[in-house]
Amino acid sequence: MGSEENDLRRIVIIWVVLSVVGDLLYWLFVGPHVPPGRMTTTAKDNQFDFNVLMLIALPVMIGVWEWLGYAAVRWNARRKDMPESVGGPVAAGNKRAEVSWIVITTVAVLFLAVFGIVALYAGNGSGGGEGPNPIQQPAGAVKAETAALAGNGSWSPNSNEVLPVQVIAQQWKFTYRYPTFGGFESPDLILPVNTEIAFNVTSLDVIHSFWAYQLEVKADANPLENNVAFTKTEQLGNFEVRCSELCGIWHGAMFNPGKVVSESAFMTWASSTESKNATNTANLPPFAWTYAPDANGAAGGYYPDGGVTPYSTVEIYGSKQPS
Amino acid sequence: MTISAERPEVVEAMVPPAIVEPRKGRRGGEWLSQHVGTATICGFLGYLLGHWLGNYIGSAYPYIANSGQNALAALLALMFMVLGWLLGIGALNYPLAKLVGREAKGDVEYSGWTRYFRYNLDHKVVGIQYVVGVLLFFFTGGLLAMAIRTELLNPTVHVFSADTYIKIVSEHGTIMMMMASSVIVGPLGNYFVPLMIGSRRMAFPRIEAFSLWTFIAGYFVIFSALAYGGFPTGWTGYAPLQTQAGPGMVSYLFGFAVISIGMMTAGFNLAVTIINYRAPGMTWSRVPVFVWSIIATAALLTLASPVLAAAGLFGLLDRTAQTAFYVTEHGGSSYLWQNLFWFFGHPEVYIMALPGFGIVGEIIPVFCRKPLFAYRIAAAGMIGVALLSFFVWQHHLFQSGINPDMRPLFMLTTELISIPTGFIFLVGMGTLYKAKIRYEVPMLFCMAVYFNFLIGGISGVFLSDVPVNVTVHGGFFVLSHFHYTIMGGLIFAFFAGLYFWLPKMTGRAMNKKMGLWHFWTMFVFFNLTFFPMFIIGLLGQPRRVFTYAKNLQTLNEFSSIAAFCLGASFLIFVANLMWSQFIAPEKAPSNPWDSLGLEWQTATPIPYYNFERIPVIMTDPYHYSEIGAPTLADFGDAQPAYPSSSVATSTDPDQ
Repeated sequence: MGSEENDLRRIVIIWVVLSVVGDLLYWLFVGPHVPPGRMTTTAKDNQFDFNVLMLIALPVMIGVWEWLGYAAVRWNARRKDMPESVGGPVAAGNKRAEVSWIVITTVAVLFLAVFGIVALYAGNGSGGGEGPNPIQQPAGAVKAETAALAGNGSWSPNSNEVLPVQVIAQQWKFTYRYPTFGGFESPDLILPVNTEIAFNVTSLDVIHSFWAYQLEVKADANPLENNVAFTKTEQLGNFEVRCSELCGIWHGAMFNPGKVVSESAFMTWASSTESKNATNTANLPPFAWTYAPDANGAAGGYYPDGGVTPYSTVEIYGSKQPS
Repeated sequence: MTISAERPEVVEAMVPPAIVEPRKGRRGGEWLSQHVGTATICGFLGYLLGHWLGNYIGSAYPYIANSGQNALAALLALMFMVLGWLLGIGALNYPLAKLVGREAKGDVEYSGWTRYFRYNLDHKVVGIQYVVGVLLFFFTGGLLAMAIRTELLNPTVHVFSADTYIKIVSEHGTIMMMMASSVIVGPLGNYFVPLMIGSRRMAFPRIEAFSLWTFIAGYFVIFSALAYGGFPTGWTGYAPLQTQAGPGMVSYLFGFAVISIGMMTAGFNLAVTIINYRAPGMTWSRVPVFVWSIIATAALLTLASPVLAAAGLFGLLDRTAQTAFYVTEHGGSSYLWQNLFWFFGHPEVYIMALPGFGIVGEIIPVFCRKPLFAYRIAAAGMIGVALLSFFVWQHHLFQSGINPDMRPLFMLTTELISIPTGFIFLVGMGTLYKAKIRYEVPMLFCMAVYFNFLIGGISGVFLSDVPVNVTVHGGFFVLSHFHYTIMGGLIFAFFAGLYFWLPKMTGRAMNKKMGLWHFWTMFVFFNLTFFPMFIIGLLGQPRRVFTYAKNLQTLNEFSSIAAFCLGASFLIFVANLMWSQFIAPEKAPSNPWDSLGLEWQTATPIPYYNFERIPVIMTDPYHYSEIGAPTLADFGDAQPAYPSSSVATSTDPDQ
């Protein structure tokens, strides 16, 4: 039987070879195809993050599996001439192994945490919902959002301005309002390419989650709460929007397609829809970050007189509330 | 070697208190006393009474009377049902007698098989009752899983309506979570902790039995949801949907409250037992690693479950008393539920992982014939996981719109938890090193725990990274992740423990051949079922959907068929259990695996008081293959000390 060094050396050599091969194969052949693709900055960045994590995870998994497999074959009691196990203090612990294991895992974990935090800030929140007061955001977002709420926002092709879009979730569909175009509401999500988008996600009833899959945006839609997420479109094409938080019976059917088009095409579509929908828009509640649910909303039935008069929320939300 | 010669000061501790034989019940009166039957009748009567009372109260309020949904009646019915159940089983005899200033009538202990249907204070009986209980939960939840996979065979052809489907998903999740929080702590923890620490009993036997019977009551409560039209929220029960849902939600909220009371009581009973009932000489550095895992779990059970009970209470008040804890437009917050739920829910995840770590740490040395590698690191890992688990809950809310400042913090804490979890891998791998591994069924299950939990743990690191979390949150990736940790880790460990300890619990060996078939089918089909789900998730399938994109059909079909085979693998287990335990029982040797553990040093069947004399522990139980190893314990004169008792198979006093 081989000495201790032989076993360990063999394990390490196999591990290094398998890890290098595994990482290379992954990086070259799998990594570039990891969903959800490269349609936006967040999709691209998060794909890169995923691949970095995978490059670290693969050697760890290969190492542990190799160890298990090696032990299972090499130290099998059914093998001929297997020596008896050696007990005693030698087998009950090994300071060097223990300390190096702790140090290595700690370093790896701290690296991952720092890497994740840097990526989160660099990616303007990485496409995740940041609540009503985002701290990781692209330049110009605050200006665009403030102007949108005040009703004097504007967006024009090739201006590099942030485009605020409101996502309104309800059981069981998403609709979209474009505050820079008079606040019209549309069942279609059309976005211009090469543009920073600020998604303002809210819900009229229960919690939903706005998941624009190829855009790599995910933000929960909470009633009476504005959840903001950012991304920058980089490629033309179609994408899919799905609800990823259980919202009742038809949760599975809550999806719709969307489209990233050229900036001029977007401008044409938005302007024409704005004028086409003008009558409808006039009947909509004024644009606001959140909307109180109607009498059939989530908390339906919570009326003090058992009738139809909901509590007034005007004091809280001011004149932005629908009357 | 005797302890009296070496350490005379502990001899006094060895002198056993007089064994009080339990008073046997009157033979003829057995069926007239309290048992499951009387509990069922009382529970049913309680249900009727509560329902009537709820309707009586509700009739005074037009908005309840006119709504067609009387949540109050549903709640009171379930409350009185549980109360009746506990009254009928006899759980309240003692406190009620004390309450009116009388002495309790004494605990009638029945012998024979009927004691398994009664409120029994023997931790060994409770352990067996728990085995039956968790298997009941597990197989019910498993059947529901089969239904889910049937529906997902095809994106357009539906077996169930969307409504039925979501009810099935919700019941599956809730039942499995309830089961998983007790699956090892209940049966194996209750049964073996006193034996492993050299105690004659639990610290609070009545509370132990109480925790079992509330656990069983929880099963009926959560199932009553179906009678009320089910609930559509999944096991997470997020709030505005919870508020909107029908009266089935009452069963969910109250069911979790009942279960959490069971968890709390089971937890502190175990914690107190481990702290105070260790035999002399059983110092903290000699406690078996399984006991370490149980005390870490017990701490989590005791501290986390009350939060769930409170959260459920708020939800019930919202539904019945028109409060608005979770109603945002009336001053409450839907985030409150999410935070309370996950403040319980994340420790809960480790409640479902730690006992599994304990079992593999306990079993692997036996089959490697080596001491546990780095015992202190193993204990530190479990305590570390338990502590950190209270500081990670908001990673479930990364995309929910919480304060964005919190995200880096919770990313850090979540990733830190993989350091103590890694300790468990170090311990296992170190023990395997240069061992002479015997592949018995329990050992195979333990190896599988490491294989599966590695995938589960590593995928958890992906989930904890906020940028990657945007891709994987709320999809099949998460679903696969937690099935890998809970089923791949905990349930595999549970079966390892069952195959390992059943010969001691029942005195009957499990059939090895059928055990191997069970293991290999379960292991292979488990991985075939859940690994594709990582890919399905990355390709964008959200959780809990009854329909999905057409291009995912092949993967879903594959997963479904593997799931059916996985389900079938449990039939092999059931067949093995029936065959080896009831149809053709084979007497097991009193220490079939040559374990050094204290629990194997008692007689089989284990006497009522476990140890005729309290053993004096002299070392830790992992001195395998050590020449000149110290004796584990001094049993006094009553029993031969190790190793003679483990070699001899004819020392059974009763059979």
